[in-house]
Amino acid sequence: MLDIRNLCAGVDGTPILKNLNLQVGPGEVHAIMGPNGSGKSTLAQVLAGKSEYEVTGGEVIFNGTDLLEMKPEDRARAGVFLAFQYPVEIPGVNCTAFLKAALNECRKSRGETELDAVEFLQLVKKKTQLLELDQALLNRSLNEGFSGGEKKRNEIFQMAVLEPKLAILDETDSGLDIDALRVVASGVNKLRRPDNATLVITHYQRLLNYIVPDVVHVLVHGRIVKSGGKELAMELEERGYDWILETVAANGKA
Amino acid sequence: MIDTLKERPISPVSERVTTTVGTDEERVTAALATFGKTDALSASAWLRAIRESARKKAGELGFPTTNDEEWRFTNVSPVLQLPLHPAAPDRERVTRKDVERFGFGLDSYRLVFVNGHFSQDLSLLPAAGTDFQMGSLAAQLKSGSAELEKHLTRHAHYDDNFFAALNTAFFQDGAYVFVAADKTVPKPVHLLFIGAGSETGATVFPRSLIIAQRGVHVKIVESHVSLSDLPVVSAAVTELVLGAEAEIEHCKVQQESERAFHIATVQAVQEKDSRWTSHSIATGARLARNNVQTLFGASGASAVLNGLYLGHADQLIDHHTVVDHAQPRCESHEFYHGILADRAHGVFNGKIFVRQDAQKTNAKQTNRNLLLSDNAVMDTKPQLEIYADDVKCTHGAAIGQLSDEAIFYLRARGIGVDLARRMLIQAFASDVIERIGIEPVRVELAKMLGERFQST
Repeated sequence: MLDIRNLCAGVDGTPILKNLNLQVGPGEVHAIMGPNGSGKSTLAQVLAGKSEYEVTGGEVIFNGTDLLEMKPEDRARAGVFLAFQYPVEIPGVNCTAFLKAALNECRKSRGETELDAVEFLQLVKKKTQLLELDQALLNRSLNEGFSGGEKKRNEIFQMAVLEPKLAILDETDSGLDIDALRVVASGVNKLRRPDNATLVITHYQRLLNYIVPDVVHVLVHGRIVKSGGKELAMELEERGYDWILETVAANGKA
Repeated sequence: MIDTLKERPISPVSERVTTTVGTDEERVTAALATFGKTDALSASAWLRAIRESARKKAGELGFPTTNDEEWRFTNVSPVLQLPLHPAAPDRERVTRKDVERFGFGLDSYRLVFVNGHFSQDLSLLPAAGTDFQMGSLAAQLKSGSAELEKHLTRHAHYDDNFFAALNTAFFQDGAYVFVAADKTVPKPVHLLFIGAGSETGATVFPRSLIIAQRGVHVKIVESHVSLSDLPVVSAAVTELVLGAEAEIEHCKVQQESERAFHIATVQAVQEKDSRWTSHSIATGARLARNNVQTLFGASGASAVLNGLYLGHADQLIDHHTVVDHAQPRCESHEFYHGILADRAHGVFNGKIFVRQDAQKTNAKQTNRNLLLSDNAVMDTKPQLEIYADDVKCTHGAAIGQLSDEAIFYLRARGIGVDLARRMLIQAFASDVIERIGIEPVRVELAKMLGERFQST
């Protein structure tokens, strides 16, 4: 489904991702862990198409097409979804109107009919239950004045409505208390299907207690230095990142 | 905080009119003589004296230039290049269908003025015997009334305002609305000023007086539109008198042709515990200047001044507000938003006086601007003069662009870049539009904005 080969990217001439390789198949959940500054969020932003990040090498193939050639909106329409680490507050843009526009743009691009107001509201009702989201939030301006937890829930709610093929969760656990974390994780789990994939980007192992990954990758200095099963996450939680950093440094010298 | 960007003189009107020659002073003298020829309103001695003094004042003040502090950013000299003359009534140029088009789908009383002259046929007046009066100011002047003499021309000062002086000296008609104490006006009143001028330089001086006595609640829509696309001039003055506990919502919508010149003063005076809500929505005219002013004449009064101006192409849209806290315990909130595209130029000057006696004043002013192009210019200036010590005054001005972060967020959900931009622009505008309490007007304006930004 997602095939990242030798991806190099940076910002303002500073390289951040260096020959990153990653393959994610349908139905799989991959976790990307790593210390601060290792390039986790850069990877998420590059996949979503943020123009500040300059891709200097490599390729990203998503379901057979070159993702890097596509505009951000076309990536979203093709089924790539980024749950933002810091969802943007947009005063004056109503949550529901925004999401209806987004869903219908995606449906149009797939040749499906647009949902009318009634159909859309039915869908919204169903999905809010999934996320235990207060429907009153949806009458407000997008993310404006939302608590940290509400913002993250709203991200996953949008994901539930848009039903992406590839969901990238960028530090979705940051700023969540344990109850909110459980709700968000259970939402993500309910949305798992054999034909979609999830990339969970996180600093801590905590979230992975709830969203159990098939593969855990460790990102250090812009490349994946170690991959393993879910037990790798446990090990990182126990021992921290230092031992990996030391291994990387030793390998670099050797 | 003062955010003043680069100054840019406006270019002269595209078509040069060569019939006016000479110095500015000679042109002003010629204009005064032309307008003075057609005075049908000389019935009352009191008004005659005022008009004569206003005319003299206009001559003394002379045509404003960018050397005048009040006109620093707004070059009105193209007006003086026009062959200024009084607009003909031309009532037959306007049909009922035209009027409906400008009616906001609003169930209202309606006073229609064509080139500044009242049209009874096109108006919708209340049945006789109601508790309130509305109609042509000229007609009212003929029959005379103590209220008129007490208020007309008494509030909008012309000693420092050339265009208000011109209007005072030469107005021919306008709207008169009078609601006696504690009476109810069941519907909004729409004052519709249609420019149908057939000649370049045709000038109108709409003059309106709204009196809401004690406890009266009334909603007024004042709209200015064009049916022709010629460089014409409208210099309007509206005076609003709010008695104790009266409430007026005044929504001025200026949508004139983008070759027209619109220079207006809206002056309110407020008695104890009265409440004035003013909206100034300006999207039209080649050059538009709005003075929106209120004087708190007694304690406990409040005013909300909302504004939204949209400029594109070479438009210049200028708002000068004045809130005069002359009495204690009054509140004012100003909330002006501007959206400027292409080479448009916006000006906002917000003056707040807090007089020595005006303790416990609460005054707040915000001016936010969205520049959609590198060539758009905004000049914004708060001007606070505070002489009392126990007051709360805040002001802020901001000039910015659409947020790249917000655009990316919307795009990352599948919304194309054009729609994303439009959504953000409309959100910015709706912040002001949402404050309009007359629903059909609010809905109609929101729709109009949507259409306008379709191409942005």
